[in-house]
Amino acid sequence: MELLNTFFVAPFASMFGSPLFLAEVIIGGLLTGVLYSLVALGFVLIFKASGVFNFSQGAMVLFAALTLVGLMERGVPVWLALALTVLVMIALAWLIERLMLSRLVNQEGIILFMATIGLSFLLEGFGQIFWGSNVKRLDIGIPNESIHLAGIPINQFDLFAALMAAGVVALLAVFFQKTPTGRALRAVADDHQAALSIGIPLQRIWLIVWSVSGFVAIIAGVVWGAKSGVQFSLSLIALKALPVLILGGFTSVPGAIVGGLIIGVGEKIAEIYWGPVLGGAIENWFAYMLAMVFLMFRPQGLFGERIIERI
Amino acid sequence: MKINLKNIIWITMAVLALVLSSGGCEKKDGGSKQAGGGQEQFFPMLVYRTGPYAPSGIPVANGFRDYYDLVNKRDGGINGVKITWEECETEYNTKLGVECYERLKNKGDNGATLFNPFSTGITYQLIPKAAVDKIPIHSMGYGRTSAADGRVFEWVFNFPTTYWSQASAFVKYVGSQEGGMDKLKGKKIALVYHNSAYGKEPIATLEKLAEQHGYDLKQLAVDHPGQEQKSTWLQIRQYSPDWIFMWGWGVMNQVAIKEAAAIGFPMDRFIGVWWSGSESDVVPAGEGAKGYKAGAFHASGGEWPVLQDVLKHVYNGDMEKARANNWGEVLYNRAIVNGMYNVESVRTAQAKFGNRTVKGEEVRWGLENLNLTQERLKELGMDGFVQPVKITCADHESGGSVFIQQWDGSKWNPASEWISPISELVRPMIEADAASYAKENGITPRGC
Repeated sequence: MELLNTFFVAPFASMFGSPLFLAEVIIGGLLTGVLYSLVALGFVLIFKASGVFNFSQGAMVLFAALTLVGLMERGVPVWLALALTVLVMIALAWLIERLMLSRLVNQEGIILFMATIGLSFLLEGFGQIFWGSNVKRLDIGIPNESIHLAGIPINQFDLFAALMAAGVVALLAVFFQKTPTGRALRAVADDHQAALSIGIPLQRIWLIVWSVSGFVAIIAGVVWGAKSGVQFSLSLIALKALPVLILGGFTSVPGAIVGGLIIGVGEKIAEIYWGPVLGGAIENWFAYMLAMVFLMFRPQGLFGERIIERI
Repeated sequence: MKINLKNIIWITMAVLALVLSSGGCEKKDGGSKQAGGGQEQFFPMLVYRTGPYAPSGIPVANGFRDYYDLVNKRDGGINGVKITWEECETEYNTKLGVECYERLKNKGDNGATLFNPFSTGITYQLIPKAAVDKIPIHSMGYGRTSAADGRVFEWVFNFPTTYWSQASAFVKYVGSQEGGMDKLKGKKIALVYHNSAYGKEPIATLEKLAEQHGYDLKQLAVDHPGQEQKSTWLQIRQYSPDWIFMWGWGVMNQVAIKEAAAIGFPMDRFIGVWWSGSESDVVPAGEGAKGYKAGAFHASGGEWPVLQDVLKHVYNGDMEKARANNWGEVLYNRAIVNGMYNVESVRTAQAKFGNRTVKGEEVRWGLENLNLTQERLKELGMDGFVQPVKITCADHESGGSVFIQQWDGSKWNPASEWISPISELVRPMIEADAASYAKENGITPRGC
């Protein structure tokens, strides 16, 4: 009886006993969730266009942030540093396409996946040799203090980061829906062979999609780097995106967004209301558990494409 | 020239090469050094210059290297015996740490002098090996706290203090700030800890002290690596503690300090363990970190004679180069202290066994008979830098005192006198844990 009370009564009593705090937890979870979505988006873009699960997305976030801060530390003005970082990520995409992807065309997905694991270690090591392993401060000028909305404290930085992430998503939506390149990307995503047959250059598309993913990595690197300092741990942020992908589906941009929000709110509620009775620090594994529960009902994720095999 | 994507990429690479050529890559001095000719004393170095904990590992590795270099250059070695050393990269990974141990233990004229694992996880793995290989371990202020009981842990030393001593000193400090230990009754203390064996070390001590003094203790675990702590700090805001203690590590520290500042928690009531009190922990938080406190068992800064000697003999007075190698930072100075303990243990062993290369078991004797008085510390340029140490057969911890330091936005300053631990609580706990280890492992405690 006590067990039932601990798990099924007390947490809910605590939630509804303090609705203002519950609202704060939910808002905190939503804002964090948007940041998870930002990292997840990088995975989705590449998987959608090429079927490659890019294990190195976290390393790309680290590499982008290290490059940006490294340039700024050497006196390069912030906007020029940002522009140079974008170009570096395009150059990286080009190198990846030339030296890795083009040599693995028509290989099994697992081989491409293994190649991205290698790429991940390469980027982490190369980034540290090039820019050093010390923590680097990244100040983007957004205050860290909270503002109060209807009595609920909201961190200004988190709010700004969420808005920035939302802006990137909107930009990507326009790019995919309204531009010829975006339409070509969607065509490649739907069917490689059909896209090739109507003259869409696959290698160019791959270069573009890896570059766009690199751009998303810069934004994620700036946001997470400003929160914790730019350091090796940034590459581990990819682990936070995995349950989002499982839940939202590997091929859906809206899935990454909604998945991020569900995971963000879910893990915060679990940690705060059920964490204390389970010894604390449950949010990491809870996120994966939540994603797996969704998988039981929708194996392709919330917004993933349904897997139909005709025999 | 035709402007296309390929050309843009090449131009970008050229610009970057130009930017980097004006001082781009972080300079790394040679990690390993072999002195030529004569007798040599070999010190293995388990380092982590890469990986998620590299920001802490780099200053430590540089500090060790520079102290050994100083002794060679300034004194011609230890009583004429040149120091040699070799770094092995562990990435703070226990498995790699054990591999490094195996790789380095037989190097040098007489094998490894001793090991400083600089990781609680690696220390735990090496404890059983130390007695077998007859190579002592000195885990300075970390590792297994009950190794302070030398009757059971003959080959392991953790002076000058332990996590349990530090936890009790924190409570004493809070008591003094509140106007007396009796004022702790009804106070709320939150412990934010790394969800690992290391992070859980102070819990038993803090719980016992909570029973004795009547304060409420809320424990909040943060999983590795700790980049996202929103729920932890929401709980802290709701709990509204009077004080926060932190047993953090790596990125967890920087995020926690930033989150504490974001919720407006008074930073002078937020105290971190000595692994949460270096420059890399506070600098990323910017202005918000001002006032944050941390435990320490040695001083920071470069004004100490020993640091001036390093500047003079190792860097030829080149302050810029010294600072680029973390000279004077908290973790750098910690390795200077550890390097000094290593060298003085060898010197103590030489006093008994002769001025030659000494073996691991002889160094163990040197560690157990180490007596660093105020006068000796003064000779070493460390008077006031660390507390005197006197190791005995039974006590491998020595005094256990710590002090509180405070970040002022640009440097760490002492914020308290030396605080002795609550030994009447801590020592029995150490002996009980050591006795339990001895029973589990069939060890008969030595009569000391």
